[in-house]
Amino acid sequence: MLTALDKKLLQEVADLHGEPPGAFNIRKDGQGIERRSLEGIEINPKKDQPGIDVIVSPGKEGTVHIPVIMTETDLSDLVYNKIDIGEDANITLVAGCGIHNPGSGNAQHDGIHEIYVRKGARLVYTEKHFGEGEQGGKRVLNPKTVLYVEEGAYAELELVQIRGVDQTSRVTEAEVKAGGRLVMYERLLTDGEQKADSDVLVKLMGEDSTARIISRSVAQGNSSQKFFPRLLAYGPGRGHVECDSIIMDRATVRSVPEIWAENSDAELVHEAAIGKIAGEQLIKLMSLGLTEEEAEEAIISGFLK
Amino acid sequence: MLTLENINFELEVEERKVPILHDVNINFEAGKMYALTGPNGSGKSSVARVAMGIYRQTAGRVLYNGEDISSLGISERARRGIGYAFQHPPRFKGMPVKDMLELAFKHSDGYNCQVLRDIGLCPDDYLERTLDNSLSGGEIKRIEIATLLAQNPRVRIFDEPEAGIDLWSFEQLIDVIGNSHREDTITVVISHQEKILNMVDEIILVRDGTVSMRGSRDEIWPQIKESAECGCRKSCRLEEKIYADCPR
Repeated sequence: MLTALDKKLLQEVADLHGEPPGAFNIRKDGQGIERRSLEGIEINPKKDQPGIDVIVSPGKEGTVHIPVIMTETDLSDLVYNKIDIGEDANITLVAGCGIHNPGSGNAQHDGIHEIYVRKGARLVYTEKHFGEGEQGGKRVLNPKTVLYVEEGAYAELELVQIRGVDQTSRVTEAEVKAGGRLVMYERLLTDGEQKADSDVLVKLMGEDSTARIISRSVAQGNSSQKFFPRLLAYGPGRGHVECDSIIMDRATVRSVPEIWAENSDAELVHEAAIGKIAGEQLIKLMSLGLTEEEAEEAIISGFLK
Repeated sequence: MLTLENINFELEVEERKVPILHDVNINFEAGKMYALTGPNGSGKSSVARVAMGIYRQTAGRVLYNGEDISSLGISERARRGIGYAFQHPPRFKGMPVKDMLELAFKHSDGYNCQVLRDIGLCPDDYLERTLDNSLSGGEIKRIEIATLLAQNPRVRIFDEPEAGIDLWSFEQLIDVIGNSHREDTITVVISHQEKILNMVDEIILVRDGTVSMRGSRDEIWPQIKESAECGCRKSCRLEEKIYADCPR
């Protein structure tokens, strides 16, 4: 039975109002509490370690929700999920973790995802983080995602963390085979004393494999962010890394994109920028009647869209 | 009525005060269209920016409908009905055109998709586009004008609206600015374009940081024409001969 708090967290991370449509698994405070498989989308708990296997049959289309919520303090949850999207399937998968930490101890979730997008399949994967608390207990999230994009497959990752999470260390690794395409959007806002690190390593393995990594972040207060997106081409692949950060207050941002080619037909580009909100942007919006705070908010929310 | 009264303005550049405007006195009356013209760097945009509250005058007052608005900030002036379309509109990464128009609309009652059509952009093609470097200079400029139209302020100041806009759209632009003008609005266009100068009720010539002349098109045009001829061009026409390449 989901409580009002559970429902709120589910709405925050997975945009769910009540029971999800399609196949789903809801994990709460370290345990799977509700689950539904469908024909062609099997969700099974792992036998030897915490976590689930999501197996999608070839050609299947549909939506899968696998949100995690945490409502206790002094809790550390480690989970291993394997997701296998069969050949030519077309799946939208909504993951994400919402933490409500009621106490002063840590609430930590470390989710390790291994995702296979088989030949010709298409996966849109969204992972949203949300955190809140009452007595200053830290909300910690350390996701690791390892992704295999096979020949001619397409994977789109959208990784979002807007405020609320005190510490996060994200690792994303991907291998993209010939004709495979990967697009990764990362959006992050930290404030207060929050810290966020993101390590990305994408390997373009074959002919015509492509990858785009687009990272947008806003760092406020005393928060700090580090980005290490790396793009490696073994074959004649094409890739683009873009890291763009707005820095405010006393925050620090470190952005180190790396491109690395081992084939003379590879084309790789990186761009990285850190800067504050331009005065002219604020003035423009204020000249439409917004206050300075409203203007700042509008610029940030547009930037993180 | 918008009044700039004895306006002086200095800009601080590298801890040095540079005088930009001095003794500027202008009355803008409701129902009239004005052109602010003059050489580059003469202070036209600074006059507009002082009116909008972006620049704070070092002396003098700004009055709007009898109220001294000198101490009001940009947002307050916008809410009272003053609007300004930038000469160089800033770009906003991630922000769709639609959001910008809605923000403009929030403090007025004028917005619909028609404002984009009016300035020659198809709403279906542009509402979801983001206001970043993917838009050309001409597109961003037109969207800036549409934003001011959506805001629908009583005082509408267009800062070189024709800059970056192709000739075909320029005709349309003039129509849009002319048609949006009403009996209760003040329209001010900063421009050098003859067609715009022909359209307005009064031309204000700004030179060396102050109003050097104001009057009708016939009074002002000969003055501007002369100042538009640069020294180099004059020398290229020495002895009635026109050189293809400047000999200097």
